[in-house]
Amino acid sequence: MVVKVFGPSYASCCRKVLVCLIEKEIEFEIIPIDIIKGEQKSPEFLKLQPFGVVPVIQDGDYTLYESRAIMRYYSEKYKSQGTDLLGKTLEEKGLVDQWLETEGQNFHPPIYILIMQLVFHPKLGLPIDDKIVKESEEKLEKVLDIYEERLSKSKYLAGEFFSLADLSHIPFTHYLVNDIGKAYMIRNKKHVSAWWDDITSRASWKKVLQL
Amino acid sequence: MALKLYGIPMSTCTARVLACIYEKNIQFQLVPFNLAVGEHKQPSFVAKNPFGVIPVLEDEDLTLFESRAITAYLLKKYKEQGEDLLRLKEGNLKEEAMVGLWTEVESQQYSPATTPILYEYFFAPRRGKIPDQKVIEDGIVKFQKVLDVYESRLSQSKYLAGDFYSLADLHHLSFTLYLMRSPWVSLISSRPHVKAWWECISSRPASLKVVQAMTPAEK
Repeated sequence: MVVKVFGPSYASCCRKVLVCLIEKEIEFEIIPIDIIKGEQKSPEFLKLQPFGVVPVIQDGDYTLYESRAIMRYYSEKYKSQGTDLLGKTLEEKGLVDQWLETEGQNFHPPIYILIMQLVFHPKLGLPIDDKIVKESEEKLEKVLDIYEERLSKSKYLAGEFFSLADLSHIPFTHYLVNDIGKAYMIRNKKHVSAWWDDITSRASWKKVLQL
Repeated sequence: MALKLYGIPMSTCTARVLACIYEKNIQFQLVPFNLAVGEHKQPSFVAKNPFGVIPVLEDEDLTLFESRAITAYLLKKYKEQGEDLLRLKEGNLKEEAMVGLWTEVESQQYSPATTPILYEYFFAPRRGKIPDQKVIEDGIVKFQKVLDVYESRLSQSKYLAGDFYSLADLHHLSFTLYLMRSPWVSLISSRPHVKAWWECISSRPASLKVVQAMTPAEK
């Protein structure tokens, strides 16, 4: 059974799920949702995802949303195939969770604002709020300082292995580096820069960029 | 060696971990912590959590921060005692994923919607600031939309992830407790299924212990 992923292939939270499915060698089909036209707020879509955001997956008659929940489910379900994204011991799993929570609580809020304001507001005909952009960049810079310190001691966030914690950072950071002229935020940090080059050289990410 | 938890019971994120500890009846030591003197910014604490916030868990040579990572770790480590709040038993992967879904919803929708309201009402005055009414009003509009989704969900399911109490429900305790001590109780009590769910989850023995831990001591 092929997993259906609802959402545009360029949306960052959809991309997290797609990278995960490729790493786990799981077949999928993308069902495009036009988020610029607001299709995610239609009554049909809200039956799948009541908060009206992408992605959602359907696997037979099973529906699941929230990108991190989807990634955790498939990483656990297919733990014996593809890349191990969760860690092996209880302690490693704890550290993967710690850094995935860090991504969700500390990294995601400011970078989401930056990408929405600078990439998507122009497409949606909405104004850019310079004050909130400046505040978000400052917050993100402080988070990246902490990442620099962490990655000076550890090849990846949770330890010496690539995990969901690293994967969850790729799609939004791609927009930061490539689309809004803020590559310096990554490049002016030696260890964050090396980590970024490493995780984006993975075949799974290169495939997602071609979808 | 007992687990060490650095934190303050009145803090929502520390209380989230306490709820889990009480549900599982885990032996632990709460390490006294003084935010007022900036203990969270001291190098010795930043070495444990580089983000300089509570709570932090120490379990022998493992140090963990982020309350939701700590609760998940504790439920996996102590899965054989108390209730199975993560649905870890064999064959329950879909239920486990539903718990994962609703813990993400709490993390990405519910708590971000309540935080600005509760911060302005409870914490801004303690820092000598006047609560920003616009932030509160905008926050209430957003939070009502989230609660409408919860009302619909809880009309189909006794608890968030299914017909079983889980970590997803537990994660909501501490923020909702503050909400119930604020002027906006009616946001919960006007929605019959959310109200019933709250009454159920907040009256569990472990939840009552959290309520007590989060009640300021009388002077």
